[in-house]
Amino acid sequence: MNFVGLFNYWIVMVLMMIGFYIVIAQGNLVKKLVGLTLFQTSVFIMYITMGKIEGATAPILVEGEALYSNPLPHVLILTAIVVGIATTALGLALVVRIKESYDSIEEDEINRKDQEC
Amino acid sequence: MELIINMGLLSMLAMTAIAIVRIKDLFAVAMLAGIYGLISASFFVMMDAVDVAFTEASVGAGISTLLMLTTLAITGRFEKADKKSRTRFALPLVLLTGALLIYGTLDMPSFGAADSPVQEHVAPRYLNDSAQEIGIPNVVTSVLASYRAFDTFGEVIVIFTAGVGVLALLMRTDLPPISSVKNTASMEEHMVLRIVAKMLIPLILLFGLYVQFHGEYGPGGGFQAGVIFASAFFLYAMLYGMNAARKVIDSSLVQVLAALGVLIYGTTGVVAMLSGKNFLDYSVFSEDPVHAQHLGILFIELGVGLTVATVMIIIFFTFSGRSQVEGERD
Repeated sequence: MNFVGLFNYWIVMVLMMIGFYIVIAQGNLVKKLVGLTLFQTSVFIMYITMGKIEGATAPILVEGEALYSNPLPHVLILTAIVVGIATTALGLALVVRIKESYDSIEEDEINRKDQEC
Repeated sequence: MELIINMGLLSMLAMTAIAIVRIKDLFAVAMLAGIYGLISASFFVMMDAVDVAFTEASVGAGISTLLMLTTLAITGRFEKADKKSRTRFALPLVLLTGALLIYGTLDMPSFGAADSPVQEHVAPRYLNDSAQEIGIPNVVTSVLASYRAFDTFGEVIVIFTAGVGVLALLMRTDLPPISSVKNTASMEEHMVLRIVAKMLIPLILLFGLYVQFHGEYGPGGGFQAGVIFASAFFLYAMLYGMNAARKVIDSSLVQVLAALGVLIYGTTGVVAMLSGKNFLDYSVFSEDPVHAQHLGILFIELGVGLTVATVMIIIFFTFSGRSQVEGERD
């Protein structure tokens, strides 16, 4: 088995599963958003890993350099990061509103209050 | 050597993530998430993705931590302990999914291989022809602002929409007038911080402009510049209080500017259409095709930078305004 060649992907999967675990197993809404961020970053790492070429340099053209890493994943992820923070902000805004109406951001307490009504 | 650093950084990422799962103090979680962002930015530098690293360092380690902390000021610092019944179901499910995904990676091309499928198709074209077609050294900017400008347009609209969404959810129209409330800054008593920050703010703004207009030649561009530019205003708000910041930034003007950024981007495309070319075909701006590309990229990056900076300012000030009102109510 090619340990060195696949190590990056394994870490990506580990990070992705940690994010997934936080989202499904932990009840605090802020913590869930952190879990989503972990999940999201693991996908970023996967894309950037795939774009890397051994011995290449950053895709900024200079004289006398022949080998560059793939610029396409960089473009996709660069915009995804900024979109990611914008959507996380939207999620946090929802959490703030939930806190104001339910006085709690724990999922089970919110469910209980919903059922009481 | 590179390989060792790569593996070291990835292991640190995994350890930070495990710490995030286990810690119940959300303040520590927010800080760890910032560290996670910084480590992944270092990893992106190792992977030659300098533009991405730049963005992740300013967004993942900077703004997202700040937003998280502002939210925690409203929602409270500690979370409840996990429920046993939930972990019992979640753990096997996560382990099974993880095992299947890792089994799936066994077919992936080896890390760093030059002949993997990702490196074929369009990437060689971008690298070989962009010097003649676009004429700027940073290929990432060429792809972002010219070859795939339509994608970027969609992303700018998503960011704008998120800004509008945050405003719709959290905006207070009943904020007291500036003069009537006492100015409370969280770090008011730190004299050294205040003076150092005062000297730093113009430099940060200048650096933001440099990143904006130098993005064609080095790492940078509208997305990074917008975030850096906005962070100068955050720094001012944190050190001198929200009221002082509200005097500097007219919130309705910022909202108009956010829309203006999207408008500049869209207009660049529509002007091309009105001249009989395709949407976002820059060749209408000048006789010389390379010069036309430069002009088109300049407009596009301006639109991106304007929208990103103003949306970040809108998001931060809406959150802080909310926590200020909360604080007065308590």
